[in-house]
Amino acid sequence: MARNREALVFLLDVSPSMHNLLPDVSKLCHMIIERKFFDNKSDEVAVVLFGTQDTNNELEKEVGGYEHVVVVRAIKVIADDIFEVLSDLPRGTTPGDFLDAIVVGMDLLIKKFGPTNKGKKRLCLVTNAQHPIKEPDEGTKDDQIDALCEQLKAHGMKLECIVARGKFTGVADKRIVNENDYLLSRFSGKGIARTVFVEDRASLLGAIQTRTVSPVTIFRGDLELSNVMKIKVWVYKKSVVERFPTLKKYSDKAPPNSKFSTHEVKVDFEYKSKDNPNNIVPPEQRIRGYRYGPQVVPISSAELEALKFKPEKGIKLLGFTNASNIRRHQYMRDTYVFIPEPGNRKAILAVSTMARAMKNANKVSILRCVWRQGQGNVVVGVLTPNLSSSDNIPDSFYFNILPFAEDVREFHFPSFNKLPLSRQPNEKQQGAADNLVKMLDLVPSGKGEALRPEVTPNPVLEKSRDFNELLRELKGACKEECLKPFWEHVMSEGITLISKKESFDSDVSEEDAKDFLVKDEMLQ
Amino acid sequence: MDYDPDNLFRDDEEDPEGEFFQERESSKEFVVYLIDARPEMLAQDAGKSESHFHAANRCITESLKTLIINRDYDEVAICFFNTKEKKNMQDLDSVYVFNVPEREELDRPTARLIKEFSHIEEKFLTKIGSRNGIIPMTRENSLYNAIWVSQGLLRRGSSKNVDKRILLFTNEDDPFRHVDGATKSDMIRTTLQRAKDVQDLSISIELFPMCRPGTEFNTYKFYAELLGLEGEELSEFLPLAAEKIEDMVDQLKKRIFKKRVIRRMAFLIHDDMWIELNSYALIRPTSPGVITWLDSVSNTQLKSERSFICADTGTLLQEPMERFHLHKNEIVRFSLEELSEVKRISSVPLFLLGFKPTDCLKDYHNLKPSTFLYPSDEEIDGSTCIFVALYRAMLKYQRFALAFFGSSTHPQLVALVAQDDMIRNGVQLEPPGMHMIYLPYCNDIRSIEELQNHDSDTIPRATDDQIEKAMAVMKKLDLKEFSISQFANPALQRHYALLQVLALGDDVDELPEINDETLPDEEGMRRPGVVNALEGFKAAVYGENHDAEEAALEATKSGGEASKKRKAETAVKEAANYNWDDLAESGKLKDLTMPELKNYLAAHNLPVTGKKDALISRILTHLGK
Repeated sequence: MARNREALVFLLDVSPSMHNLLPDVSKLCHMIIERKFFDNKSDEVAVVLFGTQDTNNELEKEVGGYEHVVVVRAIKVIADDIFEVLSDLPRGTTPGDFLDAIVVGMDLLIKKFGPTNKGKKRLCLVTNAQHPIKEPDEGTKDDQIDALCEQLKAHGMKLECIVARGKFTGVADKRIVNENDYLLSRFSGKGIARTVFVEDRASLLGAIQTRTVSPVTIFRGDLELSNVMKIKVWVYKKSVVERFPTLKKYSDKAPPNSKFSTHEVKVDFEYKSKDNPNNIVPPEQRIRGYRYGPQVVPISSAELEALKFKPEKGIKLLGFTNASNIRRHQYMRDTYVFIPEPGNRKAILAVSTMARAMKNANKVSILRCVWRQGQGNVVVGVLTPNLSSSDNIPDSFYFNILPFAEDVREFHFPSFNKLPLSRQPNEKQQGAADNLVKMLDLVPSGKGEALRPEVTPNPVLEKSRDFNELLRELKGACKEECLKPFWEHVMSEGITLISKKESFDSDVSEEDAKDFLVKDEMLQ
Repeated sequence: MDYDPDNLFRDDEEDPEGEFFQERESSKEFVVYLIDARPEMLAQDAGKSESHFHAANRCITESLKTLIINRDYDEVAICFFNTKEKKNMQDLDSVYVFNVPEREELDRPTARLIKEFSHIEEKFLTKIGSRNGIIPMTRENSLYNAIWVSQGLLRRGSSKNVDKRILLFTNEDDPFRHVDGATKSDMIRTTLQRAKDVQDLSISIELFPMCRPGTEFNTYKFYAELLGLEGEELSEFLPLAAEKIEDMVDQLKKRIFKKRVIRRMAFLIHDDMWIELNSYALIRPTSPGVITWLDSVSNTQLKSERSFICADTGTLLQEPMERFHLHKNEIVRFSLEELSEVKRISSVPLFLLGFKPTDCLKDYHNLKPSTFLYPSDEEIDGSTCIFVALYRAMLKYQRFALAFFGSSTHPQLVALVAQDDMIRNGVQLEPPGMHMIYLPYCNDIRSIEELQNHDSDTIPRATDDQIEKAMAVMKKLDLKEFSISQFANPALQRHYALLQVLALGDDVDELPEINDETLPDEEGMRRPGVVNALEGFKAAVYGENHDAEEAALEATKSGGEASKKRKAETAVKEAANYNWDDLAESGKLKDLTMPELKNYLAAHNLPVTGKKDALISRILTHLGK
């Protein structure tokens, strides 16, 4: 059993006000599951619906209450059946109570795992939080949430709330919405929940990390301002490119119908001397050569190891400088984040002080870092403050690597002001450009920022999942060695060309897309 | 060819796209460095220690060092004119072609060439000598000769696949000022004709004018005509009157390498409005170069061969054209065409989506080095005009443009940030244009800050007083003139120094110590003002007794060590229960459990890690069996 398997419980609101959103919710869950099939095949997933007409959950049977909450899939390893459940979400008839759903979800996780599997248990709530929450039997709603937080914490569960707002909100009682927002914020205030408000389709699909990575520290230790003043920090990667899943090479020579064929391909490397191709040189007889002009300079590994640059591990401060001395385009690589050592109040305070002072004075600091002992190089980079906007998250720093002198190629480009007037814009053209910049504003005032990197999913990764989906269905249809069911499927699903409306780079108009739909009579 | 398998110069991960960092060069260059050696070039100002000759020498040496590592297929020749001695194929006066053994006059740079050239100044006057080659009353014309010799050096290679350049370093803006009358006009005429002939052969002549502070190098006097410069191009030469010789060297360096376009791309602004851009790589990590594998016995080059073997049957395969992924235990196959189709989102290279305020570009919206964009009117007329209009509007409203970059390997969102032309002391610090910054998708961003569970009441925040103390530290440790290119990469410097020593066949013990510029200024850190500020900050955030508290914490940890000792004692006791020799003899060690085996190892201070087999063999070795 994989050690890193995660247990995920979807808590989906299917009450009437959510109906128009359900196709997208189902797509979101699909995406997550598809991704799990790629990376975490042994993850376990449960699906709980609330706002349903029926009731079906163990808590209701054991203690009563918890009506209109249905566990449609208990926690078990992902398999095909989950797609059926998700693509066929029933339209509920009653207003949903998300607090009930959370309790049912927690109950599922506790019964299955007890206190084990800490940190790998996740509840994912999708709701528009428009319906009132029932008053608890005893105490207030606040007390109830505090008690739930205790439980979540004790069992190492995380809660992610995705709340549909903006144009998703139909007619809603403002008072109830506000109260619910307050209740949800009480969860996140305790530091075990994350609440995301989404206002359009794209951000709904990007709201959840489809793939959960357990981040590892790059470095734990002192940020040395000097010999006397040190701050304990942990360093993680903040941005890392997520790759397209690696595919294996396919061998068509393997017995095609055998169950035991892996179809894998082994790749062998052999080094042969150029003059005598029959002479295979064993690895231990190979030596590395570096080009130096027309010469190739041989250096043995031992020699290289003995003579190479060997810096001491550590993060040292070189100094502070005005933020304007570093320009944004000079950042070299993916970004790191420096957080104060968890639980260390002194470190949290020291980082907070330094970050706030830097922010106030508009300064950045320059650091020299050697992450590991024995690493053959150093990096110099810029540390910028990241002030936390939430009470339960400490201040931290971002760190970006800067280029060395060797990495910079300085070219001279003519200044635009010195261009002949014929190649410079006139007043009218400049006015048009000014207007364009103002009109094509992606951060219109009063509304949220569009295409924010934090919520924009990579279309390639998503596309491949859709592609897979189609492949699988094709396969199912072709198994019967008859294409009719396949076309029937195409017809019933209404599969057609992607039109301009759905994707900006398509060259198909909406009418063309409609025409492409398979008609009943074609199948006759 | 392989990449460095040691990952010597990368830290944690492989390059996401190796290709991205490897510039693809299609053509090579033949360069003649033509250096004026008049006495005025070698003269040193009172107080200023560096002569123009030395400055030129330094520029060229540095560029040769870059060449030998990064572009070793380029060929160079070094040629002095206005010299006493002569050495050239045409046997012309006042021209000396500098070379070292085992090398053609125009050839790839070698370690020896660089070494000897960089030390040439010491013996220049005795070996080669300096004099003014254009003297009245003789018809001698050293500039004419120099251009002719350069042309002779560049005779090889077709102009189609080789860029031929003559780089002329001089501090004389009027080479014929000592002669007059008909001789002068005659000399000017023939020299210009010579230069024109050279340019007709597609050899470009580039001027690197040098001048003393306070004086100006007047390009109009003679060189404008020689170079065939007109209006606009000429203006590029004007800001060269630099304040400091250092600035001048910087400027010269910027021009030595030809600007290379990585790719030309079309930028879709709106509906049918396209403009044309050239992209340049201004910042790319430098690597220690590719590795060639050698046979350590014969020192001959090896070539690698890949063979594909079917894992099920052992059959040798052609390169497989299909890939597969195991999806729910079913094999899903992809052909390579299908794969590139999946990855292809848009066929348009770059299109505009809109604009955002610059503060929407966060510090962590970064994945790899940026690319510089500059407009070009070559194919789409008016591109520059539209680009400049957008650029000015973006600077005015402090916006960056969000665009979609449809590269075939990793299509992604990019931010186009307008960069204003920055000039200080006549030196262009930042060229005008736009920087294309590659943005992450949500899948690429990790919410590390929220990782730790904290109760809101446990998070202390800085008070104004504490911030004040930190500000004091910042004031003391301010790097006023920080610029990114001030540090050389110590690892690379070390590596190159090693290569140079080995290439010259010197003893590695002579390897010069590399000065690691990236270390903090320890001396400065010990200044009382700095120490006081730091102590003040420390006391403000950590409290007065921090060191004592830390020591106490340390002590509890060493309490952990005490328990370790206790464990070792029990291990000794436990281990004494067995007769290890007997067990080893009879091969019964494998019947013991892991903890039992570990007791023995712990009792004898041996490592307790590894699999059972490893533990047993470790015990056997220890017992001497």
